[in-house]
Amino acid sequence: MIKVFLPYKTRKLFDLPVEIDAEGNNLRNLIEFLDIKYPGLKQELVDDEKLKPTISAVIDGRTTRLGLIQKLDKVSEIHFLPSIAGG
Amino acid sequence: MVSKVKKSEYKVIGTRPIRHDGYDKVTGRAQYGADIKLPGMIYGAVLRSPHAHAKIKNIDTSKAENMNGVFAVMTAKDLPRLTDKQRGNSEESGSEKHLSENVMALDKVLYKGHVVAAVSANDVNTAREAIKKIIVDYEVLKPVINVDQAMDKDAPILHEDFIGDHLGKKVKNTNIATYNRYKIGNVDDAFKKCDLVVEKEVELQTVHQGYIEPHSGTAIWDEDDRVKVWTSTQGSFTNRDSVSKVLSLDVSRVKVTPMEIGGGFGGKIPVYLEPIAAVLSKKSRRPVQLVMSRTDVFDASGPAPGGKVIVKIGVDKNGKMLAGYADIRLEAGGYPEAFIEAAAKCVFSCYNIPSMDIEAYDVLVNKPSSAPYRAPGSPQVAFATETVVDEICKKLDMDLIDFRLLNVAEKGTRTALGPKYRKIGLKEVLEAAKKSDHWNSKLEKKSGNGKVRGRGIASGYWFNIGEKSAVNLSLNMDGTVILTEGSTDIGGSRASIAMQAAEVLGINAESVRPSVVDTDSIGHTDVTGGSRTTYATGYAAYKAAHMLIDEITSKAAKIWDISEDDIKYKDGIISSRTDSELNMTLREFADQNPFGPVVSSASVDLEEAAGGFGTHIVDLEIDPETGKTDVIRYTVLQDVGKAIHPSYVEGQLQGGATQGIGWALNEEYFMSDDGKMLNSSYLDYRMPIALDLPMIETVLIEVPSEDHPFGVRGVGETPICPPVPAISNAVNDAIGTRILSTPIKASKILNTLKSM
Amino acid sequence: MSDNNVRKVAINTTINGQEMDILVDPYVSLLETLREVVGMTGTKEGCNDGNCGACTINIDGRIVDSCLVLGVEAEGKNIETVEGMATPDGLHPLQQAFLEEAALQCGICTPGFLVSAKALLDNEPKPSEERIRHWLAGNLCRCTGYDKIVKAVKKASD
Repeated sequence: MIKVFLPYKTRKLFDLPVEIDAEGNNLRNLIEFLDIKYPGLKQELVDDEKLKPTISAVIDGRTTRLGLIQKLDKVSEIHFLPSIAGG
Repeated sequence: MVSKVKKSEYKVIGTRPIRHDGYDKVTGRAQYGADIKLPGMIYGAVLRSPHAHAKIKNIDTSKAENMNGVFAVMTAKDLPRLTDKQRGNSEESGSEKHLSENVMALDKVLYKGHVVAAVSANDVNTAREAIKKIIVDYEVLKPVINVDQAMDKDAPILHEDFIGDHLGKKVKNTNIATYNRYKIGNVDDAFKKCDLVVEKEVELQTVHQGYIEPHSGTAIWDEDDRVKVWTSTQGSFTNRDSVSKVLSLDVSRVKVTPMEIGGGFGGKIPVYLEPIAAVLSKKSRRPVQLVMSRTDVFDASGPAPGGKVIVKIGVDKNGKMLAGYADIRLEAGGYPEAFIEAAAKCVFSCYNIPSMDIEAYDVLVNKPSSAPYRAPGSPQVAFATETVVDEICKKLDMDLIDFRLLNVAEKGTRTALGPKYRKIGLKEVLEAAKKSDHWNSKLEKKSGNGKVRGRGIASGYWFNIGEKSAVNLSLNMDGTVILTEGSTDIGGSRASIAMQAAEVLGINAESVRPSVVDTDSIGHTDVTGGSRTTYATGYAAYKAAHMLIDEITSKAAKIWDISEDDIKYKDGIISSRTDSELNMTLREFADQNPFGPVVSSASVDLEEAAGGFGTHIVDLEIDPETGKTDVIRYTVLQDVGKAIHPSYVEGQLQGGATQGIGWALNEEYFMSDDGKMLNSSYLDYRMPIALDLPMIETVLIEVPSEDHPFGVRGVGETPICPPVPAISNAVNDAIGTRILSTPIKASKILNTLKSM
Repeated sequence: MSDNNVRKVAINTTINGQEMDILVDPYVSLLETLREVVGMTGTKEGCNDGNCGACTINIDGRIVDSCLVLGVEAEGKNIETVEGMATPDGLHPLQQAFLEEAALQCGICTPGFLVSAKALLDNEPKPSEERIRHWLAGNLCRCTGYDKIVKAVKKASD
C-alpha cells in the first residue's frame, strides 16, 4: 500500500482524511484505484488523460516529470499538490 | 570578503575564469533587446490606459491611421479570442485569455498603463505622435489597490466573467482568484499545548524587479505565416509558447531569437510587446520594433506582489516549535497569480514544525499583473516568520541562532505542503553564522555622532526548480568544443555551463565556447529563472560531455583498430590502456579523425534541486534626527550546493541581498487613491546606489545537492528572502520597536520615534 | 516628424577620435543620435530621464547622461563612448578589471559604469572606496550590489 496525501481542498470536497491508502503499479493505475474508491476523484487530478497542469505529484520527495506513466515500485508516499509557479 | 570554498579534486569547477561573453559586454558590442536593427525596420508605440479600472466603450483609430508616416494601427480586435484554458507550468500559468488580454485589453482595462492600442510608423517619434490621435471612450470605474479593498464584500469586481476557486468551490463575482489551504497535524490542539504563542502581521507594498533594460520586442510576420521574434527574455521557448498562444499559431511557426538580456529577476518571463510587434508587422509588411519607456516598465510590467501576511508560531517552554499558522494575502494585480503556493511552501520552510495550517489568498487588484521576482512569494512570508522568530527569542531570552538550530529543518523534516526534505544545508549555514566574524564582532549600540545601531539576523529559502534543458556539443578541428544552449545568460551562466562540460572533458574553460541560440536551433529549454540554469542546463552539458567522450572513444578505437574498452580518456588525452605507444591529444584526434564530425546532444527534465537556504546578518545605523538608515555591515551565508564559478555565485548573493535591502528600506509603488503609481521613475522609485552600501560579505557553504553530479543546488533567488526581516529585526534592535510594513523608510522611523 | 516641417540639422562632431558629419533631427537626444543615427548601440538606454546612468558618455572631459543632451549639442564636441575604450593593443585596464573581478552580471549598465569610472581615474588615479562609491552614485546596477564593481575600479587604479 502507498500512502496518498491529497490537497486540502480535495480532501474537503470528498470528506477524506489527511492520508489514504492506495495501490497501483503506476500513477495512472493508482488514480484509477482512488477513483473506484472515491468516485469523481480522478476528475480532480486528470484532464485529457494527462495529469492536470495545475497538479504535481511528489513521489517520496521528488516531483515526477513523467506524469501518469510514472512507475511506482517501492514507493511509500505520494503527495498531490497544486503546481507551483515561480521564477 | 570571506569566501570559503572547499578545496576539491576539480580542475575547472571552483575556479574563476573570465566569462566567455565578457569581452562583448565590456566593449559595448553585446546586443541587447533594443540593439537589433533589421533592414527595413519600422517602429511601434502603444497607447496605454490612463485609468486603473475602466470599461472600454469605443476606440476610434481613424485619425491615427490617416497620419503621414503611419503604417498600421491595431487594437485587441486584431488578436484572436482565446479561452479560459489554463497554461499551467512552473513558469507561466493562468488562462490563455488572460495572457492575451494582458498584452492588449479587449473590453476592460485593469491597471494604469494597460495597453489598448498600438501603431507602427516610419520612426518612433511619428508612432508616438500617432497614438495620441487615438480616441478611447472609457467608462471609468472605482479601482481596488490593495488586498483589504479587493476583499471587501462591496468591492468593485475586476473580472465579472471570472470564476474564482475557493477551496475547490466555484465562486462568481469575487476578487479572490484562489483561496487555498494547507494543513498538517492537529493545529488547534498543538497551539493549546504551547507555553508561548507569538503572532505578527506584516504589510508589504508592491515593489518592482527594477532591471535596467526596459522590455522590447522586434518581429517579422512573413508571407508564409512564420513569425520571427527578437527579444530580451528569460526564456526564449516560454516566450515562443506565449507568442504562439496569443497569435493562435503553432509553436513551429514562431522562432524566437534571444538577445542579450539586461536583467530580469523573473520580470522578463511574461510577454508584453512581442505579439504586438508581430501583428503590426503583419499589417505593415515590415519588421517592427517596440521598446518600453521606464515609466511603462513601472506602470505595466512586473511587479512583485504586495500584501499582508499573518504568522503565528507556538513553542514549548524549551523553545521547541509545536505549531504554526499563516494567513497569506498577496496582490496578483489585474490577472490571477500572486505565487501563493510558493509563499505557502516557503513560509515555515526553515523550521521543523509538527503541526501547520496555512491559508493563502490570490487577490486581484488594479495594478499591473504581477510577475515573478526572485523567489516569488518567499520574501513576503519570510518577513512575517522571521519577525515572529525574533520576537520569540526575545521573550524566551534565547540566542537567535541557537533557537533556530533547535528548530532547524533538515533532511526528513516534513514540509508544510507535505513531502519531506531531501538533503538540505540550513543547519550548516546556521552553524557557520554562529562562528562568523560578523556575528562574533561587538556592535556598539551608539555611535559617537548621536546615531543608534542595531543588529538583525534572518533566514530564507527558495526551492530551486529543475525543468527542461538541452545542450549540443561539437568538437572543432583544433580540439576545442562548441557548446550550444537555450538558456539566456543573465549573469554568467554561459561560463558556469561551459565549465561543467570542460570539467568532464578535462579541458580548460576557455576551450569550450558557449553560444545561446534561437528556438529553431536547440531542444526546448525552460526559462533562466527558478535558480535552475546552472543546475539543469549544466546537467545537460555534463551529460552531453560524457556522450561526446563516448563518440571520441568509439572513433579513436576505429583509428587505432582496437577495442573501445581499451580506450582511456582523461584530461583531454586519448590513450590505450594496454599499449603505451597509443596516445593522442584531443587536438591531434580532432585533426586526424576521418569518421565524420564529433557531436553530441543531451537533454534533461529535472526535479527541484532540493532547495537553498541562507542566513543574513546586518548591522545598521539610524539617525534619530532624520530617520535615515544606513547599512554598515552585511553578511550573506548560504548553502550553494557547489559553486561552479564562485565569483558569480558571490555576485548572486550580493545582488539578491542588495535588492532585498532596497525592498526593506526604500522601494515601493506609491499609489494615488485612483490607482496610479506616482513614483514611476528611477528618481522617485529609489533603488540602492553604490553610496548606500558597504561591501557585502559572502560565506559560501557547500552541502552538495544529491540530484546533480557536481552537487549544484541553484543560488540566485534565496538571497532576496532574508534581507527584509533581517533589517526589520535590526531596526527593532536599534530603536526598540518593530516597524512591520515595507518600506521601513525614514518618515516611518521618524514617526515611530516621535510616538515613543 | 512627418506632420511638420522640422528640418534635420547638419553637425560636425568627433566620436572616439573620429571626426564625422551627421544629420540629426533637432529634437532627438544625443543618446538616440548615437544609437539610431551613428549606429553605435554600446551606449544603453535605461530610463531616458537622467536617473540610471546607463547612457553615460564623456563630452570634452566631462561625463554626462547622453539622454539629457540633444544630438545637435554634439556640434564641435569631443565625445567618448564605451566603444572607444579598448585600443588595438587590448582592453582598457578598467575593462580588464571588470572581467577579472566579475563586476558585471547582465552587463547592461556596464558601458555607463566604465565610462564613469574612466573619467574618475583619468583625474584621480588612486581614489578611495568612499570616493569610488560617491563618483558612481549616478550609475544604477540592479544585479551586483556594487561590491565587485567597486573592487574592479579599485583594482584598475592599483
